[in-house]
Amino acid sequence: MTGNERLKEEKVFKDPVHRYIHVRDQLVWDLIGTKEFQRLRRIRQLGTTFLTFHGAEHTRFNHSLGVYEIMRRMIDVFHGRKHWDEENRLLCLSAALLHDIGHGPFSHSFEKVFKTDHEEWTRAIILGDTEVNRVLLRMGEDFPKEVADVIEKTHPNKLVVSMISSQIDADRMDYLQRDAFYTGVSYGHFDMERILRVMRPTEDQVVIKSTGMHAVEDYIMSRYQMYWQVYFHPVTRSAEVILNKILRRVKVLHDDGYDFKQQPNHFIPFFLNDVQIQDYLQLDESVIYYYFQMWENESDRILADLCGRFLHRRLFQYVEFDQSFILHDWPALQEKFRQIGIDPDYYLVIDFSSDLPYDFYRPGEEEERMPIHLLMGDKKLRELSRESDVVEAISGKKRTDHKLYYPADLLDQPEFEEEKREILTMLRV
Amino acid sequence: MLTEHVNIMKLLDMAEEIVGRKKFQKVVYIGKQLGMPFQEKYGFHMYGPYSEELSVRLDELKQFGFVSEVKEEKAGYSQYRYKLAEPGTSFVRTSSSFQGEQEKSVIDEMNACSSKFLELTATILYLQPAERDSVIARVHKLKKTQKYSEEDMKEAFLCIERWRTLLKRA
Repeated sequence: MTGNERLKEEKVFKDPVHRYIHVRDQLVWDLIGTKEFQRLRRIRQLGTTFLTFHGAEHTRFNHSLGVYEIMRRMIDVFHGRKHWDEENRLLCLSAALLHDIGHGPFSHSFEKVFKTDHEEWTRAIILGDTEVNRVLLRMGEDFPKEVADVIEKTHPNKLVVSMISSQIDADRMDYLQRDAFYTGVSYGHFDMERILRVMRPTEDQVVIKSTGMHAVEDYIMSRYQMYWQVYFHPVTRSAEVILNKILRRVKVLHDDGYDFKQQPNHFIPFFLNDVQIQDYLQLDESVIYYYFQMWENESDRILADLCGRFLHRRLFQYVEFDQSFILHDWPALQEKFRQIGIDPDYYLVIDFSSDLPYDFYRPGEEEERMPIHLLMGDKKLRELSRESDVVEAISGKKRTDHKLYYPADLLDQPEFEEEKREILTMLRV
Repeated sequence: MLTEHVNIMKLLDMAEEIVGRKKFQKVVYIGKQLGMPFQEKYGFHMYGPYSEELSVRLDELKQFGFVSEVKEEKAGYSQYRYKLAEPGTSFVRTSSSFQGEQEKSVIDEMNACSSKFLELTATILYLQPAERDSVIARVHKLKKTQKYSEEDMKEAFLCIERWRTLLKRA
């Protein structure tokens, strides 16, 4: 088959966030059916957040369908309007559906440790020898590259790029609502129907009719609250810190020639920095969990302990710290840990907000990202924070947080009592 | 631990001052692409490669009092000057990080360029390893408003090669 055909009968997915997700194109239906897209069912959207908010078990699959649905509705609003070219409909829908196709399990930690980049994998999966690529090729030889360029934000059509990736786009509108729904928090809700109705295409971006400003204020506020209350929750970060250390420990042991009871077969291409698409696609959360369960029985005490902590949610405690701590106490604290036989490389971790950066809404200045523009009654554009006191109040404000994580349970045990007292003093607990 | 923060401080220590957030972003990106040990993750934005991670990291360094940021009002926009603050200077000089004459030469050369030129250079690096002609065509499409000349393009490719060679010797 070449090109796209309308499905004889519309397919619908029941969805708790958008109620229904409507599929009317054979192209979209076939993309959903590819093994690379189905793999997203085995990757949670929020990584370790389920250890804090037990409902957060939703996957990249749910989210990707949600982004597709929002994009579909956005296109309905744009239909027939100036600057919108209906020829780009399938390009937008494909990009929306596939924008996260390169995510692996626990992406943030995995990428930090193994220096991989899910955006590069997204491109590789779309352009490489995959089922996704074969489906996209039906639309023409250049179509996969166009889809990859839209996702990478290097496509020359800036309007299309902004629909999937800008300060108010289909991706963010889905994940905020979906993450709020599944975590069960009361933040993260905003009137998306209203925002969609007041979105207007321009030559190089989507803008918002000024009458919709209050709905956008809610959306910006949701982003702010979700970040601090959910995404950067210190308990979630604690789990992430342990996960990161497990991956580092496995790599160190492998490099040192340690004799694993359970060889890290799926990880070896990553250790060797020689990963093919098929190696990458074989990894999902079920595979990672299998290894963690097996490694809990390894003779390496650090690896076994960290895996046990992650599997059974025995997480690290945390404290705040300041400049004086970094300058004066940090090296001494590490030394104290060594003295009592706890390796600080694995059990004393500083976690910064730059480890999980969040794109706060910031207006113009010398910033690199297009701000949200309101379309005023006189047809002129005004940057959102110049009109909205609410947005102005939170734009570019508190952006950083940092904590020191440590295993409080190990400091409770009756050995090295004097050293442990000194450690607790240094930790100020 | 703190390695990424120390690397950014080391860059400022060598450069003495970096004027402009856009310039800061591009210097780190170009340095990273040419082999300096920066770890910040970049994506493509309005002015080419941009890292939210670097932006937040700079805020953290400011918050700890290691880096000073001075905001200056210019005609129609704000400009930011970055320098190491005193506690940052003493901290970075006792920490191990990258250093060397070749690195300093490359950083100084980049710092002497305009941010518009660094935007071009960073964009070229982002679009590589495609063929030179294809990269140039894409730069013209993506950066229409910057109106880069053929001379600018030639200079950017030459700089990339010169900096790469210098850093290989490091």
